[in-house]
Amino acid sequence: MKRRIPLAITAVVGIVYIFQYFVPHEPVSRFSDWFSDWFGIITAFAIWLGALNLMKLSLLKVSQRKKDWGYALVTIIGFATVMIVGLFFSRGASFQEPGTNFMYLYDNVYNPLSSTMFAILAFFVASASYRAFRARNKEATMLLLAAFFVMLGRVPVGDLITREWLSLPHWLWLSNWADWVMNIPNTAGQRAIMIGIALGIMSTSLRIILGIERTFISGE
Amino acid sequence: MNKKVVPFIVIALGIGLFAILAASRGFAVTLGAFFTIGIFSFLYKDNPYYKFSEALFVGISAGYWFVSLFWQQMYSKLFSQVAEAYQHTFVNGGGWDDRWMMLVGGVLGVMMLMRLFPKIGWISRWPLAVIVGATAGLYFINYFVSNGINQIGATIAPLQQYGKDGSLDWWASISQFLLVVGTLSGLVYFYFSKEHKGAFGGVAKIGIWTLMLTFGASFGYTVMSRMSLLIGRMDYLVSTWLGLVK
Amino acid sequence: MNFWDKLMQIDRRVIFLFVVVAVTLPLFLDIPQKIIVSEEVERGFRELADLQPGAKVLIPCDYDPPSAPELQPMAVTAIKYCLDHNLRMIIMGLWPQGPQQANAAFETVLGHPVTDTISYNGKTLIYGRDWVNLGFQAGAELLIQRMGSSIPAAFPTDYRGTPIDDLPLMDGVQNFNNIDFVINISAGAPGIYEWVQFAVDRFGVKLFGGATAVQAPLVYPYFESGQLRGIMGGLKGAAEFETLVGEKGKATKFMLSQSFAHIIVIFFIVIGNVAYFASGGKRKKSE
Repeated sequence: MKRRIPLAITAVVGIVYIFQYFVPHEPVSRFSDWFSDWFGIITAFAIWLGALNLMKLSLLKVSQRKKDWGYALVTIIGFATVMIVGLFFSRGASFQEPGTNFMYLYDNVYNPLSSTMFAILAFFVASASYRAFRARNKEATMLLLAAFFVMLGRVPVGDLITREWLSLPHWLWLSNWADWVMNIPNTAGQRAIMIGIALGIMSTSLRIILGIERTFISGE
Repeated sequence: MNKKVVPFIVIALGIGLFAILAASRGFAVTLGAFFTIGIFSFLYKDNPYYKFSEALFVGISAGYWFVSLFWQQMYSKLFSQVAEAYQHTFVNGGGWDDRWMMLVGGVLGVMMLMRLFPKIGWISRWPLAVIVGATAGLYFINYFVSNGINQIGATIAPLQQYGKDGSLDWWASISQFLLVVGTLSGLVYFYFSKEHKGAFGGVAKIGIWTLMLTFGASFGYTVMSRMSLLIGRMDYLVSTWLGLVK
Repeated sequence: MNFWDKLMQIDRRVIFLFVVVAVTLPLFLDIPQKIIVSEEVERGFRELADLQPGAKVLIPCDYDPPSAPELQPMAVTAIKYCLDHNLRMIIMGLWPQGPQQANAAFETVLGHPVTDTISYNGKTLIYGRDWVNLGFQAGAELLIQRMGSSIPAAFPTDYRGTPIDDLPLMDGVQNFNNIDFVINISAGAPGIYEWVQFAVDRFGVKLFGGATAVQAPLVYPYFESGQLRGIMGGLKGAAEFETLVGEKGKATKFMLSQSFAHIIVIFFIVIGNVAYFASGGKRKKSE
């Protein structure tokens, strides 16, 4: 029950998906369609699990008056507010319509908080570049050069310098060098990584389907 | 002045400023600005204003996902579909309806939630097995086709490139050559079953250079991305909130 | 501590201040920016421009507010182009926030909240007939796979719970065979990677991708191989798209700030390196 059935499910579902690539017809397609639908529903419950687990931990923190329990309370209040507003006071399934209470919270609380959380990374990127980006050896210098061409070539100022101020010929414009870096060395490197990962994924998938790789059912 | 009073004065001044701006610029947009500045305050140092904003962000995000998935997934794909299947089978007498199968998904989903209870947490392995099996089966072929076979196919292209007038395009040909060499040498670098020595090591070295150029390009793009996000927030503060820029 | 050592230890908050000024100051300036369009945006746009009026364009908006500064201008321009050229839009999202961002983009194009019947440049457009928003569904790549066999099964309702059968635009839209073009605007996974693997390579979809700048370098091999018809990478890609469509939107406006920000980062990298070598960094390494 605890091990064999999950392994059997994995094998059957995996094999069905491999088959449906080559035989996209009944009855294989019917099974893969069912599995796809279940996948969506399970994913939704899995995300619910994450949210509920967060609430469980936050409630424990508050009830046991652990360090910073006040912030855990803020988390709970935030969750409860959105949940109550979204489920009961935002026109039901039309909760995303402009003007609903849910959209008010989305536009004026969720949106600024999430956007700024990522925006502050700009400062750390700038600070880290200054501290760690050193042309210590040949490899690091190549990395720096590629970054330089892309950073200047992908903004108008790069062409302003090479095209307007220095009046360089077309092939020396920084935007052309940025294009070249992106389309040739970048594509070559990314492609090598892609092919490597593709081979790795193929072998890992096979190990999972055959039940050799079973870490996902380990523990407990 | 008593040092303990300073934070209260700062808070009072802050509340007053936000109140004035809320009155003149609108409450909703000022609320957004309040949280934006709350997160930005971390740049000076960790502080209660930031911690409050962060804790609220975590709760609001979890709530957002909870509500979105309820209406858009569970309601529209599970409850509604099963209700329609019920209508079809029992009310209209239409016999079997494939939508009944959604119930299996629902049961598997509930089994997933059992992870919340340690004693019966093992039940969640069944739905997890569906997720893992489906992903493994789907990626086994698709990933290899898209990122393996198609990429190899695209690399095996003629080295001589011709311009629109039919003459040999030297620059494009050299670039194509470098593309092929870069891809192959990159792959050689990732081959760790043979020691990187001699000719093999030399090719692997070219692979490292290619990868360095790749990572440099990625870094340049990462800077671009992060700065764009900051521009968006600053635009919100100076244009949308304060109305200083039209 | 000599001058070079001091230069190597500038307080992070000083750098932050320079970044803020570099990003904010240009917002107050109105200096025209010459946007040179790259081949990867040009080719994608040409494919879009070849579509006949009435063609069905699927616009998966797979991003959330944090990536909006880069991607929202792409969504705004794509929606505007489709409205101008009578292309019918089917909006959806593999990210729950995507369809909401699309609604916001729509609102930006119109200049007022979106209603079921809108008047745009003398045309009357009706929700369900000229555009639909299918909303979000979980499942990522498996959802794309499901859409390959049945879009109505993947999206039984639109974003506000209307059954898909009640939307005239979706009449006859069974799977990807009935979609003429896809413009995917993506902030990560699930996004362009999944659309290429499961829609382009599996079902032959024509895909023009808009990606965050972080993601763009990773998908360049798809462009070179022809799996992607075009790529818009980050804010610059969005500005190029705006240039081609003839719409000076936020991306074009933000290019000045973007230029200043890049210059500041390069400036600090140069300072860091000069100080490093001048203070004997190379010697220290060899010791």
